[in-house]
Amino acid sequence: MAKVPVQFTLNGSEKAEFIESGTTLLNALRDKIGDTSPKGGCHQGTCGACSVIIDGELRLSCLTLAETCNGADIKTTAGLAEGGVLHPLQRAFLDAFATQCGFCTPGMIMAAKVLLDRTPNPSRDDVVEALSGNICRCTGYEPIIQAVLTAARANSQNAA
Amino acid sequence: MAIRRGRGVAAINYPTGMNLGGDPTQALVHSTPTGNFMVTLSSVDLGQGMKQIMAQICAETIGVPTDRVVIDTADTDTGPHCMGTFASRGTHRAGNAVIQAAKEARQVMLEVAAEELEVNASDLETDGQGNIQVKGAPQKSISIFDVALSAHFKRGRSISGRGMFLIPRSYPEKETGAMKPSTCYAHACTVAEVEVDDETGEVTVLTVKNVFEIGRALNPKMVEQQLVGGSWMGISHALYETTEPYYPNRDHGGTDFNQYLMPGPGDLAQTEITVLERPSADGPFGAKGPGEMCANPQIPAVANAVFDAVGVRIDTLPITPERILRALKAQAAG
Ligand code: FES
Ligand code: FES
Repeated sequence: MAKVPVQFTLNGSEKAEFIESGTTLLNALRDKIGDTSPKGGCHQGTCGACSVIIDGELRLSCLTLAETCNGADIKTTAGLAEGGVLHPLQRAFLDAFATQCGFCTPGMIMAAKVLLDRTPNPSRDDVVEALSGNICRCTGYEPIIQAVLTAARANSQNAA
Repeated sequence: MAIRRGRGVAAINYPTGMNLGGDPTQALVHSTPTGNFMVTLSSVDLGQGMKQIMAQICAETIGVPTDRVVIDTADTDTGPHCMGTFASRGTHRAGNAVIQAAKEARQVMLEVAAEELEVNASDLETDGQGNIQVKGAPQKSISIFDVALSAHFKRGRSISGRGMFLIPRSYPEKETGAMKPSTCYAHACTVAEVEVDDETGEVTVLTVKNVFEIGRALNPKMVEQQLVGGSWMGISHALYETTEPYYPNRDHGGTDFNQYLMPGPGDLAQTEITVLERPSADGPFGAKGPGEMCANPQIPAVANAVFDAVGVRIDTLPITPERILRALKAQAAG
């Protein structure tokens, strides 16, 4: 198949690649660019493990063709820590023991980030709603919900 | 037609591991030239925290801080043999093997330190901070770093140890079938409260209260994490999950997450966890296995709660709305 050029910003740095037409963003990120933080759980839009943020919106990278992302601003969990300091969500997930095998974690964190970007003080129901497209096999979800609520509180304290 | 409430209780005894073929697991421990300790295992950490627990067990046995221990669970082709990570056996089986290996390594470490300090190895103790000192005279001491350097570059010793867990294989008695399937049992009890809609057959789990007796919680936060996730999984097995909904007929099995159902973050029961510790005689520092065990008692507890709510016994899992409605129909038909 013909190769097509794609160019986008990933976690603040410019990326340009030639990819097979039809390649999903998930595969482009993992196999071409080497950002393995989005996980491929189902490759059909039912688990949320591949979630990334494209131009501020939560997107499933397994259902997004890389070639449709030209000029986009893409964020993944790999880009959250700044200068070795974990993002408040990452910190909260660790502190709340909200990760076991970790396979769902990057997708959960992306979903939570979009929620907190828009709703800095979410209710528990808001958190549940925001995470409802993401499957976790290990934790029973409650520690994840608590982690997101804790990160929201930490954010609003910092802002105050 | 109404929403009916029910409450069910169930208790389980759960064997830690299983003794088919002796349930073996082996471990190797060795020091690096800088006095860190490597534990080599084939037991897999799949998120339950095997590496952390084995590091704690090794560190406690040798007498060094936990961050001085590195766990390598690399490869079942090249590592020491392990039966695997299942049946709640990891902590208990691999933990016992690691203790034995770490004891042997500690002995060599003390012997090298004794030569350096010109004392008897039996007069030495570790301070838990990375040093070895003479009992009653802590000013006479040597760092484990220096002991390792001496072993590697001066004395030609390998600070290492071998450990294994193996129990005698138990065959069933011909007459009765009785056998000893395991050496160690964990226990759990769950009370579940449900609502059953007798028109749709839908079950909502309102609360699950679990008590787990797990020997000793070697890392209490990680144990809690296992138990919370396991309790959720038990409910998932009770009400949702199956690959063959009409077993033994294989039709209609879920092929993806749209059809293979699990409760999501919006379907959570209010969950309580209580841990009881009755250290097991043969467990590493008294531990039993909490992993798979903790996802069991919710299943009969939910089945009993459904019976309490609508008076039908569902004896096939999962307890789907379809099964409940069929049972209610049969009950009404007398
Ligand atoms: S991999 Fe994209 S939703 Fe599962
Ligand atoms: S931590 Fe394993 S799937 Fe969520």
